[in-house]
Amino acid sequence: MSKPVFLPACPLPLADYPTVVLAHGGGGKLSKQLVDDVFLAAYPSPELARLHDGAVLDLPNGRLAFSTDSYVITPRFFPGGDIGSLAVYGTVNDLAMCGARPVALSAAFILEEGFPMADLWRIAVSMRDAAAHAGVRIVTGDTKVVERGQADGIFINTTGVGCVPPGIEVAPPRIRPGDAVLISGPIATHGITIMSLRAGLEFETTLQSDSAPLHRLTAALIEALAGDVHVLRDPTRGGVASALNEIAQSAGQGIRIEEAAVPVQDEVRGACEILGFDPLYVANEGKLIAIVAGARAAEALAILRRDPLGAEAAVIGAVVADHPGRVLARSRIGGSRVVDMLSGEQLPRIC
Amino acid sequence: MRFVDEYRDPVAAERLLAAIASTITRPWSIMEICGGQTHTLVRSGIDRLLPPALTLVHGPGCPVCVTPLEMIDRAIAIARRPEVTFTSFGDMLRVPGSTTDLLAVKAAGADVRVVYSPLDAVRIAQREPERQVVFFAVGFETTAPANAMAVWQAHRLGLRNFSLLVSHVLVPPAMEAILATPDTRVQGFLAAGHVCAVMGLREYEPIAARYHVPIVVTGFEPLDLLQGILMLLELLEAGAVGVRNQYARAVQPDGNLPARQLIAQVFEVTERKWRGIGAIPASGLGLRTEFRAYDALHRFGVADIVATEPADCHAGAVLQGLLRPEACPAFGTRCTPEHPLGAPMVSSEGACAAYFHYARTT
Repeated sequence: MSKPVFLPACPLPLADYPTVVLAHGGGGKLSKQLVDDVFLAAYPSPELARLHDGAVLDLPNGRLAFSTDSYVITPRFFPGGDIGSLAVYGTVNDLAMCGARPVALSAAFILEEGFPMADLWRIAVSMRDAAAHAGVRIVTGDTKVVERGQADGIFINTTGVGCVPPGIEVAPPRIRPGDAVLISGPIATHGITIMSLRAGLEFETTLQSDSAPLHRLTAALIEALAGDVHVLRDPTRGGVASALNEIAQSAGQGIRIEEAAVPVQDEVRGACEILGFDPLYVANEGKLIAIVAGARAAEALAILRRDPLGAEAAVIGAVVADHPGRVLARSRIGGSRVVDMLSGEQLPRIC
Repeated sequence: MRFVDEYRDPVAAERLLAAIASTITRPWSIMEICGGQTHTLVRSGIDRLLPPALTLVHGPGCPVCVTPLEMIDRAIAIARRPEVTFTSFGDMLRVPGSTTDLLAVKAAGADVRVVYSPLDAVRIAQREPERQVVFFAVGFETTAPANAMAVWQAHRLGLRNFSLLVSHVLVPPAMEAILATPDTRVQGFLAAGHVCAVMGLREYEPIAARYHVPIVVTGFEPLDLLQGILMLLELLEAGAVGVRNQYARAVQPDGNLPARQLIAQVFEVTERKWRGIGAIPASGLGLRTEFRAYDALHRFGVADIVATEPADCHAGAVLQGLLRPEACPAFGTRCTPEHPLGAPMVSSEGACAAYFHYARTT
């Protein structure tokens, strides 16, 4: 896991500006100071150092993958990560799920007036470390400051580009009955970790978010299985259930999973049992679903398990010709049920 | 995981299913009281593994579902007041009132907070003395002890900014109402294990005797339900009536005495309106006179808000076991979790929600 090797003090004179002020987004001296002393200091990329309006990138052959995501998580710092590392890994993973090798990211910040400068520095350093860990450069960016009350501290948008090797096409229309559905490790850990920190619910756990870059796993799968990798998906919000439903619907195929085969840490299961949550609907930030040709399932599993991020990978189901567009689960006791899309948020139950 | 996986063991489940199949000799209709049991049955697929001669009728034991429409409207009226912090279990927020729900009221700026225990609401009242903190006290006997404890603690702490909007209901009167319905199909009950963990078994014995039905107090895990069903079938096939306890690991014959004492200290039995069913005498709990100061209904003057149920919602028939969820003309079309007509479609214990999420065939 990428842990900051060191956390140098924020180079901005904190005594002058312990918090973000509106002028930090005003385009004048303070803006320049913020960019120079925080973002340029944190992100060592030659493209960014040019301070141009945009970045010009040399790309290897292949097609371009392009993805964007915005990050608004509360709490901003949590066991296993923070909003900064999440913003890097989230977009890196979105690119990886397109079959791409991630190359470069933009980072745009919307800051609320009064946001602690020390926290901003901590987040910038975390993004730097995450980008280094994921092998991508942060090459362009933007900062806006809004008045107090117009935003919740900090919002981050990252947009990324990556290269898809020639001949690789991972997309739902490619799945076929008989394909195997794999998950790279225990699910629902991120969502339950975050929930355990929320006001009113605080329960003690030793859980850590699973936030991690998944491009090495996807690259290893694609390298070995090439065209037999049919779909890659990181089941973030809405969890595994929502991701599988989207795949089944867009492919017009059925998916059947074995509830008992889906790995869930005991601590996470316990929390879900108490709250009345189904782990299949809880968010992940460092897990991927891979749908591969059935004949290559064992090989795909071995490849995932070779990487520490996939050590607990499992085959959880298969693509089937029955019930097109729908996901069914076989329960532990042998019954079967529909795994529906989530409607609204999961809310804790009464009793 | 210990204490969970043991009760979902596939080998034991198969054994119980085989025993059920060899015990049943003719058609029976049984009702599981609690919505939590309904969800386990449908979610684990037990309903589709049972012999076709056995009909499961889903009961009224979903506290969210039976909370009357006007009580939701009253909650909404209170939550909209600027001085109020309205606290509730998560389940209640999506339940439709006459015109809106608590989630929408929250989005429009009201201070509505999900809490996980009524005691959290007491803590908020302590921490924020300038706010009027109201807790929406819904539920059966299961949630009554904690709600009583919240009032008792608020009283002890002298909190003047805490109150309960009480909509407590009781299981035995609902069972009697169902058995007294002329066209009832119910021949035996799986009673709700957690309700009996609080209240014990005694109050079920007169019901079993008066209506000649067997009652098996049952837990919530798949094996609990399979064993409960087997015990109930054995009684039915033998023509026996009476009360049996499948959930002995949690239920004592006299229940939880300190919890019962606390309930009796804070609450008294009162008439309650059940959503979709109507008023049932002596079927709920209200605050005793000495705790009236903690009654949000009076504090905020909302007792006169009344409401009529929408005509095309058949939740009442579903809750009494007279209509199966998927047989409702609105099911999955005019009534979905995103646009519910009635509470059973949105509650985590609602029978309609169980069918919609786990068992839809189209």
